[in-house]
Amino acid sequence: MASYNLKVNGKSVNINVDDDTPLLWVLRDELNLVGTKYGCGIGQCGACTVHLDGVAIRSCSVPISSLEGSNITTIEGLASDKLHPVQDAWKELDVPQCGYCQAGQMMTASSFLKQNPNPNNDDIRNAMNGNLCRCASYNRIEKAVALAAKKMS
Amino acid sequence: MKNQNKITFSRRNFIRTSALASGGILIGFNFFTSCKEATAPPVDIAQLNFNDFNAFIKIADNGYVTIFSPNPEIGQGVKTSMPMIIAEELDVPWEHVSVEQGALDTNNFTRQVAGGSQSIRFGWDALRETGATAKQMLVNAAAAKWGIDASSCSASNGVITSPTGETLGYGDVVNDAAQLEIPENVSLKDKKDYKIIGKDATNVDIDKIISGAPLFGLDYTANDMAYVSVCRPPAFGQKIGSYDDTKTKAVNGVLDVVKFGDKIAVLASNTWAAMKGKKALDVQWTTDETLESTSDHDTKLNAILNGKDLDVRREDGNVKKAFAEADKILERTYESPFLPHNCMEPMNFYANVSNDKVHLVGPIQTPAGTARRIANLISREEKDIHLEMTRMGGGFGRRLYGDFALEAAEISNLTKKPVKVIFSREDDMAAGIYRPAIKYRISASLKDGKVTGYHLKEAAINSNMYGLIPHFFPAGAIENYKVETGNYRSNITTGAWRAPYTNFLAYAEQSFFDELAELLETDPVQLRLDLLKNVKDGEDPNIQYSAKRMTDTIKLAAEKSNWGKTREGVYQGFAAYYSHNTHVAEVVDISLKNGYPSVEKVTVAVDCGIVVNPTGAKNQVEGGVIDGIGHAMYGDFSFENGKPQDVNFNTYRLIRMKETPIVHTYFVENNLSPTGLGEPGLPPAGGALANAIKAATGQLLLKQPFISVLRKHEANLKA
Ligand code: FES
Ligand code: FES
Repeated sequence: MASYNLKVNGKSVNINVDDDTPLLWVLRDELNLVGTKYGCGIGQCGACTVHLDGVAIRSCSVPISSLEGSNITTIEGLASDKLHPVQDAWKELDVPQCGYCQAGQMMTASSFLKQNPNPNNDDIRNAMNGNLCRCASYNRIEKAVALAAKKMS
Repeated sequence: MKNQNKITFSRRNFIRTSALASGGILIGFNFFTSCKEATAPPVDIAQLNFNDFNAFIKIADNGYVTIFSPNPEIGQGVKTSMPMIIAEELDVPWEHVSVEQGALDTNNFTRQVAGGSQSIRFGWDALRETGATAKQMLVNAAAAKWGIDASSCSASNGVITSPTGETLGYGDVVNDAAQLEIPENVSLKDKKDYKIIGKDATNVDIDKIISGAPLFGLDYTANDMAYVSVCRPPAFGQKIGSYDDTKTKAVNGVLDVVKFGDKIAVLASNTWAAMKGKKALDVQWTTDETLESTSDHDTKLNAILNGKDLDVRREDGNVKKAFAEADKILERTYESPFLPHNCMEPMNFYANVSNDKVHLVGPIQTPAGTARRIANLISREEKDIHLEMTRMGGGFGRRLYGDFALEAAEISNLTKKPVKVIFSREDDMAAGIYRPAIKYRISASLKDGKVTGYHLKEAAINSNMYGLIPHFFPAGAIENYKVETGNYRSNITTGAWRAPYTNFLAYAEQSFFDELAELLETDPVQLRLDLLKNVKDGEDPNIQYSAKRMTDTIKLAAEKSNWGKTREGVYQGFAAYYSHNTHVAEVVDISLKNGYPSVEKVTVAVDCGIVVNPTGAKNQVEGGVIDGIGHAMYGDFSFENGKPQDVNFNTYRLIRMKETPIVHTYFVENNLSPTGLGEPGLPPAGGALANAIKAATGQLLLKQPFISVLRKHEANLKA
């Protein structure tokens, strides 16, 4: 057990957990931020995607011990006073089926669009390829990322 | 046209109302069995129970409508589309409607199963009647207030209008309406007057989903709840021998270790500790059954196909004679592996078994049956069981089986603690209830340029095609026709997987037809249309597909896909299939990249009757088609000495965005009752893809997943 300080969605938090605890379980079990999902635990599905200093990471594969002092954003903190354009686009195109993978999809998309505000279709397909959607809502995810890019420009 | 199992009922029998203590009216309805004479909905909204009613409509005195439905949502959109049907006939603006998920208290709710794409089909008439009855009650109340004849009033968009132009909002009359008799004669709207049905409505949970609000079973927590990881036998056929939990108990956060049956539960104060604790267990497993491997199954299934011990499931004419007199015979054997469901949200369930009550929460497709099994398992009365359903992170059939809920209940019963069982992905894939491995042998006799006989044999693990599947196309279209089935009982657990049996059968048959067309030197689409001409709708009560609807669907797909007129370098494959009361035809367009097929586009034509929510419907079709393509192409799952060979997504391949085609969906327009969409888009996809790959490469695909065949093909080319 050790004590860690980090910023999650703009708020400072202090947690006491084992140092090998993945960020995913810190978020879900300690901080009750359950929007970040568990899908595989080995970095293969993207359901657990959050931002570390604005960049998408797989929270299931990052132990808390490497995150002291870092700045984390989860799906619960993606919107500011209004929805993030990615969330807007997701809503407008009615993307989700079961919805379980979608937080991870949106976190990947929002980080990607920050790096590449003007993506073409291949860019989008490459960027989103690491996020599984078992319901196969891929067509709409692809369209929603493009729409979000348009909204952001 | 086929009768869509129209349900007839008397409104008096299935609707009851009460005046809510807080104002407004509560309408309870039960459209599967009659409401008991004396039952009335509660007067307090907190007391809703679904013992006597399937669902409730609350109309508040501001006119806003809340629909409480316990219908579980697994991603098929029924939580949105079913309320749309009520709101249409009730004639309220959709923006004034909200939908809430109800909990289940007992086993009386018969159709509370999300599966088989049937919710919409069974609900259609009843939901419309309910909405229309509620509207008539409000109109009657307004007319009474005005002292005029109700038939002279009209209602629309939540407002009732008198002949002289006076108006009253629904909210103004709800309290009066609650005191009135339930009207017997109400009329339903014409399709042309629909304002909500047929318009896009966004998923009712969308705001929660995009903001990451707790919705799913895995998100549920309760005070003092222990997180539980369960250690199960690693191979089918193994049992627990001895175990040492010293290292587990040393893991920080582990609270308790309990053995139950052949499993060990590790209780901890968080998920990570539970998972770590399980990994630290030292277990000796014993074997007292055969440990089966995929190669054994191959041998067994082949033996069934080659043997004489099959059950005849449908027989027309004289197949033997047709084959004896044939000019040509085509025979093929198609093979498919087991498949895990791999719902994105792994199996999980919360249970709190206490002396006065059994509280269960989680994602389950069969709440009533599961509650019953749990009552049995822990020797409690069914009335003590309170089961709440959460949104489900996918179902695909897996959540029909309550094994995970039973585990949670058993562990909570043993430890007297609130617990939540959480499957890791590895648990989820290794403790599956799989789509069984199946082989089909199909043969056809050709004479004088016609298909004269058709013989299909099914050899499957554990069980066979059920219900009316043997009567699906081409039953009725070929004079001499025979379907036979046999199975091998394995200790590997199998069950329903999205579009059970047809998910693979459709591929086998639709690939076979493509080859038949080649032999007959006919266009594959034309061959289907020609065969359908032999079917007279309604002649054979076992045959549920409609030749007319199928023909129209096929023609729409051919037209929209530019069948036969593609660009250079693009190859097409066609398949059509009827399942789950819906007719679907698909055309897959592929090109070749380094010799491998790149699936570019799928054109889908669907006849599912009236489309209630087009955006939701298209989402279902897109998902089903891509799912079908993904599993046909990549889905592979095998066993070695009872042990699953893949347990996570590093080796088990699911389709990803780069491999997905763009799906174009077109609906056949008609006025027929809606049918389901959760499943029917999937079965034709694999066949259409196989046919496109054959067109492009000449490679016949007789085995799923296609990727393994294509790799072999490539290796052969290189050698
Ligand atoms: S849960 Fe982290 S990538 Fe799958
Ligand atoms: S919407 Fe169900 S997994 Fe993506």
